[in-house]
Amino acid sequence: MSTLLKMRVTVRTVYGLLNSFRVIRSHECTCAHGCNASRSFTTGRILHNKFYKDLENQFNAVRDKVVDALPGSQWSPFEINPNLPPERADIVIIGGGVIGWSIAYWLKKKERVRDGVKVIVVEKDPTYSQASTVLSAGGIRQQFSLTENIQLSLASADFLRNVNDHLGVLNQEAVDLQFNHSGYLFLAKESVAHIMEENYSTQRLAGAKVALLSPMQLKEKFPWINTEGVALASYGLENEGWFDPWTLLNAFRKKAISMGVIQSIGEVTGWLKAKRISLRFSSDEHFSNVDIRMPNSLEYQPVECAIVVNAAGAFSAKLVDMMGIGTGAKDTLSGLSLPVEPRKRFIYVVNCPDGPGLDCPFLVDYSGIYFRREGLGGNYIAGTSPEEDMEPDVRNLDVDHEFFNEKVWPSLAHRVPAFECLKVTSAWAGYYDYNTFDQNAVLGIHPLAQNMYFATGFSGHGLQHSPAAGRAVAELILDGRYQTLDLTGLGFQRIMSKEPMLEKNIV
Amino acid sequence: MAAPLMPLQRFCKLASLHLCVRRRLWSSSGATPPSLYKRLLLALTQRFYDVEILLNWRTQLKSKALHKKNAYYHFTQEHYGDNIASAYFVLNMQGAFRYAGQSEWFRSDSSGTFSWDFVNQKDSVLEEVDLSHTVINQIGLGNLVGNPLHTLLLRGCHEVDDWALARLHVFQDTLEELDISCCPHITIGGLAALRNLKGLRRLNVSSLPRLCSPGLVIILLEEMLPLCQVTATGYDLSLTQLGGNVDEEDHGEVKLSLGQG
Repeated sequence: MSTLLKMRVTVRTVYGLLNSFRVIRSHECTCAHGCNASRSFTTGRILHNKFYKDLENQFNAVRDKVVDALPGSQWSPFEINPNLPPERADIVIIGGGVIGWSIAYWLKKKERVRDGVKVIVVEKDPTYSQASTVLSAGGIRQQFSLTENIQLSLASADFLRNVNDHLGVLNQEAVDLQFNHSGYLFLAKESVAHIMEENYSTQRLAGAKVALLSPMQLKEKFPWINTEGVALASYGLENEGWFDPWTLLNAFRKKAISMGVIQSIGEVTGWLKAKRISLRFSSDEHFSNVDIRMPNSLEYQPVECAIVVNAAGAFSAKLVDMMGIGTGAKDTLSGLSLPVEPRKRFIYVVNCPDGPGLDCPFLVDYSGIYFRREGLGGNYIAGTSPEEDMEPDVRNLDVDHEFFNEKVWPSLAHRVPAFECLKVTSAWAGYYDYNTFDQNAVLGIHPLAQNMYFATGFSGHGLQHSPAAGRAVAELILDGRYQTLDLTGLGFQRIMSKEPMLEKNIV
Repeated sequence: MAAPLMPLQRFCKLASLHLCVRRRLWSSSGATPPSLYKRLLLALTQRFYDVEILLNWRTQLKSKALHKKNAYYHFTQEHYGDNIASAYFVLNMQGAFRYAGQSEWFRSDSSGTFSWDFVNQKDSVLEEVDLSHTVINQIGLGNLVGNPLHTLLLRGCHEVDDWALARLHVFQDTLEELDISCCPHITIGGLAALRNLKGLRRLNVSSLPRLCSPGLVIILLEEMLPLCQVTATGYDLSLTQLGGNVDEEDHGEVKLSLGQG
């Protein structure tokens, strides 16, 4: 061993000057079996290896390219954005809010075979920074006056109760909606008490668990309320409360994606219309392509589809305008536009350590203000709807803090004296998809756009009605008519015949 | 012959790797690792649709069986009356009950058999019901409606959740004692629904694993139900649970976490 080492040193001193790698290589071969641990101090071999390795890599790259360029492969000389939506789909849902994802989920749930319908959900803002879903107060109630709305709420509450049977994904954590079963409490003054009684009987008839309270009972149940001016109160006992909208949205999204729905981040910018000869109307529109533009770029992908669902919430009317529907003369069919516009609503977070405790319901006063508990640390969220002529600017989501001091606080402090000393800790604003016609949802097909379904105009009830409304729209698309709940009354027919379905509000 | 076995072989190799890696990941994160069986199922479902479908069927069957057990006893109710149907339901659930004005408890033994004497008392109503460690859920509670229940024991029921607590308003005039301890699905959202039970005298909310900041919740419960004696054991109420030592620096943080509670 030692002789070998010596030999190596001598060989190196003799041939090292020549710097010929062949010699060194042969020398390495001779002593490779004996001196594995020795280190070579030359650079020649490494250089040589690098050269050959580079060459090999180049060859590999060329070979890969050639294989790619062969017919039948996906390669193209232009770089392709991997986030582009597919070129064809059966149903394109515009709007990735809770309604859109709910429709996607129900479409997949109702399909008979795996991948029976190819559904794309298009959402322009993956952060949901302006989405009505996540900026809502998250309440669910049965205390409506229209049977359709009560039934939608009951079906949705049933869905939320079994949310894990519906939206649980195998091997994923169970969905926890953080549902607060605190009920809604509506307060009515003398002049509207009879409406509340009527609504109460409608609600009981539809199966909602609601109780009427006299001012005395109200005071007994909620001692912190000032019952001055209250003639009657109606209080939800079951299936009412509030939950976390983001969790529901995400659960719908995850489940739908796990069932094969394709999510596409982008904005719908254009349409391709295919005019058809129709016997019924002179200009019957049919959409065959939807252009989806990628975020922050001019690149877009036309998606060929059979059915378009407009679930864009507050911005659904913008889409309809883009399509050129409803631009005709007024009082004709071609002038029938979607009566939905964005409205801005403020929600204020207030802190009041002496406020109502754990038994604080979602209180809605006849003056229009509402508030509910938020967490356990003495925080509450409150708000109200401004008057029709005082609507705030909807171009941004800035909060008007004066509005709280002028409109919300006085009524709030009048109803609950403890709120006289409160502190506004935070506030946010969100959009309502406000239906200017009758403040109720618009579900179904536009008479002039034969393959466009609407699910919009919920006017603030979208989140709580989303599970049942999604099911209804999916039934309308796949079965051709409503199967579980008859919501024909919420279609375009009422807008055509100018018969609004107004809620008999006590506010 | 070997060709069809290749994917399976590859899968086995991958699965073993996957399981080992997973174990290491979980052990570092402090959360309890799922059992080997669960992890094997996870690995299988990620590769084979069939396993996923089988597992989905299993959950569906389970929920169907649960639904069946809690179904409304319409036939019994029609033929024998409300209270007999309720009593029959309780015994079928392997629970126990006591008629009003009697001291004798009817219960079914561990094999689920019981004597049919209770059928003869058509006019009595149920006063105390013990459904501890049964599979009763929100729908099953509907079978007890109509009885002026004074006591309802739901200790350790896996299917009692917030929705079931919200349903308890049907006993709001009579219920005096309620035991919902050790129910794994109850959270603060359901406890808020107990405000309807203004007649409640004794409430046991011990050892609810999903209750966050139990100290604060107990105070709020006592505030909400002033006449009620709230029992809550099995919680670590020392201040250290809120995250380390409470010294001057940490004080603000502790307050904050309480506030967000």
